Amino acid sequence: MFTDDAGKGGISAGGPGNSENSMRRTGGDLVQLITPAGERISHPEFDSWLKDVSDEQLCSLYEDMVVIRRIDAEATALQRQGELALWPPLLGQEASQIGSARALRDDDFVFPSYRDNGVAYCRGVKVEDLVRAWRGNASAGWDPFTVNVATQQIIIGAQSLHATGYAMGIQNDGADCVAVAYFGDGATSEGDVNEAMVFAASFQAPVVFICQNNHWAISEPVRLQSHIQLADRASGFGIPSMRVDGNDVLAVMAATRIALDRARRGGGPTFIEAVTYRMGPHTTADDPTRYRDANELEDWAAKDPISRMKALLDCKGLLTADLEDAVAAKADAVAKELRAGTINMPEPQPLDIFKHVYSTPNSWLDRQQDHYSRYLASFGDPAEAASEEGAR
Amino acid sequence: MTQMTFARAINSGLRKSLENDPKVVLMGEDIGALGGVFRVTDGLQKDFGKHRVVDTPLAESGIMGTAVGLAYRGYRPVVEIQFDGFIYPAFDQIVSQVAKMHYRTQGAVKMPITIRVPFGGGIGSPEHHSESPEAYFTHTSGLRVISVSNPQDAYTMIQQAIASDDPVLYFEPKRRYHDKGEVDETADLSTALSMEKARVVTEGNDVTLVAYGPLVKTARDAALAAADEGVSVEVIDLRSLAPLDFATLEASVRKTGRLVITHEAGQSGGLGAEVAASITERCFYYLEAAPVRVTGFDVPYPYSKLEMHHLPGLDRILDGVDRALGRPNSLSGLEG
Repeated sequence: MFTDDAGKGGISAGGPGNSENSMRRTGGDLVQLITPAGERISHPEFDSWLKDVSDEQLCSLYEDMVVIRRIDAEATALQRQGELALWPPLLGQEASQIGSARALRDDDFVFPSYRDNGVAYCRGVKVEDLVRAWRGNASAGWDPFTVNVATQQIIIGAQSLHATGYAMGIQNDGADCVAVAYFGDGATSEGDVNEAMVFAASFQAPVVFICQNNHWAISEPVRLQSHIQLADRASGFGIPSMRVDGNDVLAVMAATRIALDRARRGGGPTFIEAVTYRMGPHTTADDPTRYRDANELEDWAAKDPISRMKALLDCKGLLTADLEDAVAAKADAVAKELRAGTINMPEPQPLDIFKHVYSTPNSWLDRQQDHYSRYLASFGDPAEAASEEGAR
Repeated sequence: MTQMTFARAINSGLRKSLENDPKVVLMGEDIGALGGVFRVTDGLQKDFGKHRVVDTPLAESGIMGTAVGLAYRGYRPVVEIQFDGFIYPAFDQIVSQVAKMHYRTQGAVKMPITIRVPFGGGIGSPEHHSESPEAYFTHTSGLRVISVSNPQDAYTMIQQAIASDDPVLYFEPKRRYHDKGEVDETADLSTALSMEKARVVTEGNDVTLVAYGPLVKTARDAALAAADEGVSVEVIDLRSLAPLDFATLEASVRKTGRLVITHEAGQSGGLGAEVAASITERCFYYLEAAPVRVTGFDVPYPYSKLEMHHLPGLDRILDGVDRALGRPNSLSGLEG
C-alpha cells in the first residue's frame, strides 16, 4: 500500500550480524573492503553480507569486470571505425556496476542510465542490444520485460522517478522485489532525483538509489553539483545512505545487499554513493583534455577496480594461468560476438519510422504513412532500383 | 438518466473505472480527504482507500514520473494536475517519457496514463489558474488529447481515456464544472461514440463553427442567436484535439463552404491554425471564404478583470461568423 503512513515504525533490522545503528547509517566514512594493493580489509558489518561469496564467485566477478571492460573497449573501437554513431564509455566504473548488479535478484527491476552497460550485461541483455541505439537502428536496445531492465535513460535523472513509481507498484502488489535506479553525480542536481527521494521517503517505497559518483558530468566537476558528500544529501530526505568505494566490487556488492534487504523487509529506500571515476570521456564525442588534469587521471588509474581485484585474487592464490586464459578467452569471444552482432544488425526499413508511436491506429499518422509510402513508391520498386544500380 | 453536474459526472466516471479495473489508481495533490480543489474526486479515497486514491507530495514532475513507473508495473494511473498552469513542471516527463516510451521500446512498454487537466478561464482566478496549454500537447506525438464539453461526454470519455492503452490528456473546462446535464450511467461503453470522433452538436447549412471544451456552450448559444438573424450555423464539438476528426469537419465544410474556429488559447500556433490549414488543404475548392479564427489573444492570460476581453464570447464569435459570411463586421474595410 503506498499510503503515506506505510512503513512507519516498520524499519526492520534484518540481515546477518548487522545492527540497527549501522543499518540506518547516513553517509559517513568511505567503506572500502579491498585496498588498491589488493589487501582485504575486514569490516564486521559489510563482511557479514559477503559470507556466501566463494572463491569461485570472486573469480566470476573478476571475469565480469574484464568482460565488460572489453565490451566497452570494443564498442569504442566500433565507434572509431564508423560502426556506431556514439558510445558512452564506462571505463573505470566496472566495480560499481558489476558489484551492484550481481547483488540483485532476477525479479528486481532496474532503471539504468545510458552509461550502465555493465549492469545491463549482468542482467542478460544481449551484447548487440547494448549498441543497437548507438548504431541508430532503434531508440533503445531491448524489451525491458525480458530482462527486468528498463531501456537506458538519456534524460538525466528521469529514471529515478520511474523506479520510485515502480516501487510504489511493488508495494501495492505486496511483492518483495525491489526497484533500483542508477544515476550519476550530475543527476543529483536534477529536480527529478530530488522529487524521487521525496516520494520514496514519503511512501517508504522499496527502491534503491545507486549513485555512481564518477566525479564528472561531462566537463563539470562534482563540486559544482554539491558542497557536501552526495551520500549526505539523503539524510535531508530521511533516507539512510552509504558511501562506498565504487572501485571495490565487494564493498559495492555488500552495500547493495544491505539496501535490497532493507527494501524487501519494508524498510523503505536507501541511497548508495559509489565513489568511482570516469576514466574515459563522457562519450566518444567528448574531449576531457580540455577540462581535466592528467594528474587526476593518474591518481585514479592507481585505484583501478580490475587491477585491485586481480591483486586480491593473487593474494588469495586464485590468479592462476588457467583463470587468466579462461577470462581472456571469454572476453575475446564476447567482443567478437559484439562486433559481428553490430555489423550484421538488420537495417530498419523506412516505414518503421511510423511504428509504435501509438498502440492503436491513429488517423493523423496513418495518413502521413500512407502519403510517404506513396512518395517512396513513386520512385519505382526499390529492389529493382537496387539491382539496376548493382548492374551498372 | 440522472441530472448531475459536470464535476459529478467525472467523479462518477472515475468511480466506474476504479470499480471495473483494480489496476486503476488516482494520483494527485489534495485529491484524497479534500476530494480535489474542485471536488472532482470527492469521496473516492474514502470508498477505495489510500492505495487507490493517492495524495501525492507537491511535485508535478514527481507525480508524472512515478505514474510512468506504475505504468511499467502494469498499473493505469490517472493523474490530476490541480490547475492548467501547474502542468509545466511535469512537461518533461510527459513529453520525453510518457509520450515516447511506447515508441522507444518498440511497443514493449505501454503508457496507459490519463492526465486530467482542469483548464481554461472565466472563473476570476489569479495568474496560472486559467490557462489553455492544449496545443503544447497536440504538437507532441505519442499523446492523445481530448476535451469534454458536457456532463455525458465527461462521464463517458474519462472512462474511454482510462481504458486507452495510449496516454491521454483529458482537458476539463473548469468554468463548466457546476453546469448540469443529463447523464446515462448505464450506457454501454463499448457502443459509445469513439473518443476520437467529433460531434455535430447543432446542425446548420451556412457556416461551420468549430469549438471544444468550454466554448462549445458559447458556440451553441451563438448558433441560436445567429438563427434569429436567419443564419444557419453548424456547431461541431471537436472532442478529440489529437488526432482531429477531419472526416466530420470535411463533411460539414463541404456542405457549408465556410469555417470558423474558436478557442480560448492564443491564436498563433493553436488548434485553430491546424484546423484551418488542414481543412484548406483537404477541401480548398469547397471553401467560399478564408477560414476565420476567433481566439484568445497572444498574451499571457490576463488579470481577471480583463479576462472577458480575452475569452471569445458570443458576440465575438458572431462577429467571426459575419466575417466568414462576408457580412458587415468589425474588420470590414480591412480586407486586402
